Amino acid sequence: MAKRLSVVDVDLCVGCMMCVFACSRRFGDGGVSKSAIKVASIGGIERGFKVIVCRACLDPPCIHVCPTGALKRREGGGVVIDLARCIECGNCVAACPYRAIMWDEETNRPVICTHCGYCTRYCPYGVIKLEEVVPSV
Amino acid sequence: MYNRDPLSRVLYIDLTSKKHWVEDRKDLFEEYIGGTGVAIKLLREEIPRGADPLGPENVIVMATGPFNGVYPMASKTVAMFKSPLTNNLGESHAGGRSSVAVRLAGYGAIVIKGASEIPIWISVHGDKVSFHDARALWGVRSTHTVGRVLREIETGHGFRTIMRIGRAGERMVRYACVVVDTFRHFGRLGLGAVFGSKKLKALVISGKRGIPIADKASYRKVYDKIYDAIMGTPATKKYHELGTAENVLPLNELGALPTKNLQKAQFEYALELSGEKLAEVYLGRRVSCAHCPVACIHLGALREPYKAEAYFYKTTFVSYDYEPIYAMGTMLGIKSGAHLLKLLDAVEVYGLDAMSTGVALAWMTEAFERGMITEKETMGVRPSWGEYVSYLKAIELIVEQPNEFYSALAKGTEYAASVYGGRDFALTFCGNEMPGYHTGPGAHLGYALGARHSHLDSAGYSYDQKMVGKEISVEGVVDYLIQEERWRQVLTSLVLCLFARGVYTPQVVVEAFKPLKWEVGENDLKEIGKKIHLLKIKYKLDEGFDYSKLRFPKRIFETPTPHGNISPEFMSTAVELYRARISEELKQLEPTLSG
Ligand code: SF4
Ligand code: SF4
Repeated sequence: MAKRLSVVDVDLCVGCMMCVFACSRRFGDGGVSKSAIKVASIGGIERGFKVIVCRACLDPPCIHVCPTGALKRREGGGVVIDLARCIECGNCVAACPYRAIMWDEETNRPVICTHCGYCTRYCPYGVIKLEEVVPSV
Repeated sequence: MYNRDPLSRVLYIDLTSKKHWVEDRKDLFEEYIGGTGVAIKLLREEIPRGADPLGPENVIVMATGPFNGVYPMASKTVAMFKSPLTNNLGESHAGGRSSVAVRLAGYGAIVIKGASEIPIWISVHGDKVSFHDARALWGVRSTHTVGRVLREIETGHGFRTIMRIGRAGERMVRYACVVVDTFRHFGRLGLGAVFGSKKLKALVISGKRGIPIADKASYRKVYDKIYDAIMGTPATKKYHELGTAENVLPLNELGALPTKNLQKAQFEYALELSGEKLAEVYLGRRVSCAHCPVACIHLGALREPYKAEAYFYKTTFVSYDYEPIYAMGTMLGIKSGAHLLKLLDAVEVYGLDAMSTGVALAWMTEAFERGMITEKETMGVRPSWGEYVSYLKAIELIVEQPNEFYSALAKGTEYAASVYGGRDFALTFCGNEMPGYHTGPGAHLGYALGARHSHLDSAGYSYDQKMVGKEISVEGVVDYLIQEERWRQVLTSLVLCLFARGVYTPQVVVEAFKPLKWEVGENDLKEIGKKIHLLKIKYKLDEGFDYSKLRFPKRIFETPTPHGNISPEFMSTAVELYRARISEELKQLEPTLSG
């Protein structure tokens, strides 16, 4: 069954960025340049945090604006990116209303969540979870 | 170290010429790791002998280490400078997002020197460094407002740190702090005043680099091992649940909780200020530093009605920790959580170090009770235990310094006592106000002998507590303090949060270094720790620190500890033994320490 990453309760988020670091560590490096997830305060940490990551849209707007067809629909929602076809135009970044497409400034390429679930093991408070996608009618 | 790691890049910023440049200092990082080790070397290189801490010749170093941005709980930045409070070595550590921001902007350390003519703020976004006119921000009443303004106009959201000073820093109160990302601080020894003297209102840093790791597979393995240890260990559980405020009740029970200027070591209202009670009534949110799963930062929500408007309330979030609870709470005889939170909010708004401020106010209260100062000096304020309104007023006056008395108090408790009397109950160690543990001789020796006069230098309070019911020997305690302070130099060079010390044992540190292509053994680490410790002491001796002039406030001998009354003879024997050991080691190491 296809799965997707889901933010289950953002009010539990403590802003630790453990998930952000985990995502870049998928490739065995430190830092955050390859992270597809971002955590920022919503106007001062006393107000809480927002967790920004791909929502696994079933009809993703980013696909429609990619001029080279580098983005393909992913089973279960979201997209799969073919980096070889990416021409670094940034259209996809602008098309996502959640601003959930990140930018790797080192390779100058978009970074998009693959819904692998690696980050969930490191979230100490159960804010993010991998969920089964219920097939829609 | 791995040559693709940007750690060895040091960013130099000259506030006088408004120039900046980067130098590769692999030499320093390879020998001294980072953090504390690299910072003391950089400070020594840049600062002239006998520098005026509030003159343009003072230098601010902010250093991170190889573990920041790489391993969990490596969440601190070390600031090194000359302290205007002690006129000697200044070192303070802050968390928040500071270390991750500096490191992922692509630097191991930042050196700030000179002084600006007009108020400015600096932003460092990766390679881009810019200077901004901060005249419009100078004089703004609250550090919260400055934070809000910068949050709006600066970039790097989510990957940045916003450090700023408040009115206290601008007015160069010698114990002004630098507020970091709201609720975290470079608290101790007056870095805020140094910022103020340089007309540096704020420093914004952001970055989102990757940190290339040499051996990726073993990196992930070691990471998981450390992560699991952090999540599974009782050592971090304590910070996790009630936060450091958990210490209030046990210390009270032990009779080690300084109360009313340490006239007593137990407080009848301790329960009201305890971690348990604060969590039950006020805890509104918990937050974490970047790359730390513990979330020890506890924010109390203080809800207050407006007097003039019916059904208008304001809710203020105030961070509380053990040390501020002691200093602004038990030391002042504060009886309720709400009053405590109001005082803590005031020091946050003005950008003062809560610990020094509380101790200063406690001295002021006792001096007032004894008639050494009167309402003439205090400008009508009648400081009295538990009366938080009088303390709120006094805090404001310390910041604004409208008369000689408040100017003196803004120079520190020790200075004020040298003018107005009451040195016997001025709780300072080499000019720095005392931390919140009256556990026995270990704690007080640690405050006096530790390189930054902090309870965190060598945790003498922890030694005292382990030794309750047993006899403490001079050799035993001196040995412990030296060993502990040296190992901590390694931890703060990496730069780890000291709450992670139970997880990062020497063995684990060695293992964690390996994937970074950094071959170092446990013995090497111990040697490096010793060298850094001696370097710091050497700096202090060169700047006039003198073991023979060490003064213990008389009060600490008068109030019993869990080890009974501390004996002055025990303390002076211990100081002499410490001095002898250090001077012997300095002689041996002298040739390798120069340069
Ligand atoms: S699910 Fe995978 S790709 Fe998506 S944010 Fe988590 S670690 Fe990154
Ligand atoms: S790991 Fe969990 S708690 Fe931490 S920032 Fe990510 S979502 Fe928030």
